Amino acid sequence: MTRAGKLLAALLAAPALALAAEEVKLDRAPISEGDLISLQRGAQVFVNYCLNCHSAGYMRYNRLEELGLTAQQIRDNLIFTGAKVGDLMKTATDPKDAKEWFGAPPPDLTVIARARASTAGSGADWLYAYLRGFYRDPVRPTGWNNTVFQDVAMPHVLWQLQGEQVLKTEERALPGGKKEKAQKLALEKPGTMTPLEYDRLVADLVNYLVYMGEPAKSSRIEIGIYVLMFLGVMWVLAYALKKEYWKDVH
Amino acid sequence: MAAAEKQPVTGAGPFNGLLTWIDQRFPLVQLWREHLAEYYAPKNFNFWYYFGSLALLVLVLQIVTGIFLTMHYKPDATQAFASVEYIMRDVPGGWLIRYLHSTGASAFFIVVYLHMFRGMLYGSYRQPRELIWIFGMLIYLSLMAEAFFGYLLPWGQMSYWGAQVIVNLFDAIPLIGPDLALWIRGDYVVSDATLNRFFSFHVIAIPLLLLGLVAAHIMALHEVGSNNPDGVEIKKTIDPRTGHPVDGIPFHPYYTVKDTLGAVVFLIVFCAIMFFLPEFGGYFLEYNNFIPADPLKTPPHIAPVWYFTPYYSILRAATENFMWVLAAGLIGYSILLVAAVKSNGARIAIVATGVVLLIGFFTIEPKVWGVALMGAAVLAFFGLPWLDQSPVKSIRYKGPLVKGALALFVVAFVILGYLGTVTVTEGRTLMAQVCTLIYFAFFLLMPWYTRMDRTRPEPARVTWQGAH
Amino acid sequence: MADKELDAGKRRFLIAATSVAGGIATVATAVPLVASMLPSERAKAAGAPVEADIGKLAPGEMTRVEWRGKPVWVVRRTPEMLESVKQSSGRVADPRSERKKELTPEYARNELRSIKPEYLIVVGICTHLGCSPVDKFKAQAEPFESDWKGGFYCPCHGSLFDLAGRVYKNKPAPDNLEVPPHTYLSDTRIRIGEDSKGA
Repeated sequence: MTRAGKLLAALLAAPALALAAEEVKLDRAPISEGDLISLQRGAQVFVNYCLNCHSAGYMRYNRLEELGLTAQQIRDNLIFTGAKVGDLMKTATDPKDAKEWFGAPPPDLTVIARARASTAGSGADWLYAYLRGFYRDPVRPTGWNNTVFQDVAMPHVLWQLQGEQVLKTEERALPGGKKEKAQKLALEKPGTMTPLEYDRLVADLVNYLVYMGEPAKSSRIEIGIYVLMFLGVMWVLAYALKKEYWKDVH
Repeated sequence: MAAAEKQPVTGAGPFNGLLTWIDQRFPLVQLWREHLAEYYAPKNFNFWYYFGSLALLVLVLQIVTGIFLTMHYKPDATQAFASVEYIMRDVPGGWLIRYLHSTGASAFFIVVYLHMFRGMLYGSYRQPRELIWIFGMLIYLSLMAEAFFGYLLPWGQMSYWGAQVIVNLFDAIPLIGPDLALWIRGDYVVSDATLNRFFSFHVIAIPLLLLGLVAAHIMALHEVGSNNPDGVEIKKTIDPRTGHPVDGIPFHPYYTVKDTLGAVVFLIVFCAIMFFLPEFGGYFLEYNNFIPADPLKTPPHIAPVWYFTPYYSILRAATENFMWVLAAGLIGYSILLVAAVKSNGARIAIVATGVVLLIGFFTIEPKVWGVALMGAAVLAFFGLPWLDQSPVKSIRYKGPLVKGALALFVVAFVILGYLGTVTVTEGRTLMAQVCTLIYFAFFLLMPWYTRMDRTRPEPARVTWQGAH
Repeated sequence: MADKELDAGKRRFLIAATSVAGGIATVATAVPLVASMLPSERAKAAGAPVEADIGKLAPGEMTRVEWRGKPVWVVRRTPEMLESVKQSSGRVADPRSERKKELTPEYARNELRSIKPEYLIVVGICTHLGCSPVDKFKAQAEPFESDWKGGFYCPCHGSLFDLAGRVYKNKPAPDNLEVPPHTYLSDTRIRIGEDSKGA
């Protein structure tokens, strides 16, 4: 290898090394985007627990017909604010009041699943970790803190379902005799749901939030497949045409 | 009377009559001949020669999708973010148009960067094509302005803070800076007034400029003729029987069919990304831009879109310590220049400029020099036709020095681009500084290493092994 | 030579095939662009049925309800007004609303053009060029018609409609005023934009 070659290789390797120091990856959220039952349940949880304070101000109720619901079902089961079925999912809470109560106005959640993506994982992964990451913290004004959102302003809305977690510091023996301190969540007071049921509920809610972030996603992928198949055919034709004409060029 | 002497149009079947009627009143046949049927292009174009026509394709795509987005978008700080989501959800087919436009923006830069790299590979900027290159560079500058203005429009956090940072670059200009930045924003912070004027620039001013420049770029190209991977002039070898270059073939049909194939392949890649990865891992649509602009809260990690990141890295590389390196470089380069020029007047000018810059390096804050370096990094491309002193045009006949320098430059450019997307650490800043030095050395030392290089003689005619 | 001819044929075919494919691609691209100019979900939501309380309407009075951005007139007709409709039957162009069926739902396709004789519910947009006619309920000599029985007069081009929204003969407007789909939720409440069931 020449000197220039070595320098090149070193330059190329550098970003890879720089990248290695990135943050820890989040666990993957166990969601399945085509599962209508899960999405319907997620929508139900969303309107019952989230929509009281957070809006989804770019999403229309009647779009939920895509999830296999009829307009009447949406009206009867999902609208509590007196909104019409074609209306946007606005919250009943005045943003000014909310700011007073929580210190910050609760953000709109329509595209939260897209906004929360990062190099650590998808938006779904973050939300799944967040909604399962609340623990009791007497220092905080709400009494709650969160493992992925330090000093979050929002209290744990689903606490009756999940129960109360605490953050415990454990010592773990590493191979080679060393010890490492690790923080772990432990359920101190159980809620009305078992941890397994609660995780399923959160997964359904996250699934719904992902759907709401981009409702056109399924049609996007479907159309994309047809477009690519068509372009494949067109490639064959264009290739044959080019080959045919370029026979002339000697 | 001259019109009456024109030959009737033939070969268009039922349209002959209509086309003849038009041709007698408009130079239809002449335009067709000069730019397509009798524009003789070298027959040895390779892969790199697709990107010119592809850039034109993306330009059309951006203009057409832009027209339809403008019908639904609201350039108003209170409504802009919502109107983009309105397009994504409530407008029939709106999501597709928006994704075409957002993916098209990145595709435009990919295609243009590859098109520029082609020019650097084969010396397409060399005499007599300097003006084509200059027009091309002006297109590139306009495109950067177009992208910058357009990026504010979704009014997300990245839009907002990106614009805030870039406009504040002007703030660094001595004396007039603060007033200039204020004038650009029309407010003390990026605000509704800024959004509205950026919208105006994005949808009408810059596109008009772009179209004019593209026309000039193509007219200049068709005046002197295309370069080719061998860098030899096909017009030097004319077939005495036809009067056309022996190694030239009519653009139509040969390159129209070839570029059609290129366009289809491009569309396959483009559509695969647009339909299946429209965010492209946060590079084409940044995650933070799904949060509405909040003038009170900067996101923890802000980065420009990927096509600006090499320059952004250069901007960040200018630290206080780096000024010493720059000063050393400046002294060395001045000595090199003084030794190279013949006249005493030029020598004095060089030393004077060097001294002024040197004083400036340590009296004006590094922030200003970061901005100056960033500007110089973009403008350096304009100098290529005169910096390159190699006896041959194409990389094929250039020697290891130039090949090595170009490879090093590309690597430095890519690393700078990568570093611009991530947060700074001490190691990364050092890396960015090394790459910045390589970047500028590539341009500044070019007159020397291109002359010292061991080149091979250019062939008389293009290399050609028959149709592949 | 034969080769050359074969080539020409093949080229013609490939050019045609590629052009057709390119044409399809262009049309397919145009579809979302053209479709984007159709009413959006927001516009459709704004066009959702509207409800109106008509209980407070006195006989001989009219009220306007906005539905899809258009004025919908609700007129509570007096017995005299109903009589005038019967009298004008001979002078209107399409007394039984049979010309354009889409303008009159089946449940209103009668002489009085209504579900309940008392209430006339029509879209107040002239079928000529879209102006909104003005109400001239009083039966008296008018500049535009000396023997006026009461009805609506369009100020733009002078079309006349009787108190059932039926257009007079020999006027610019081609059709009767549109009766919107509507239904009675109760004796005093109507919903405009939704058809009556079983009517």
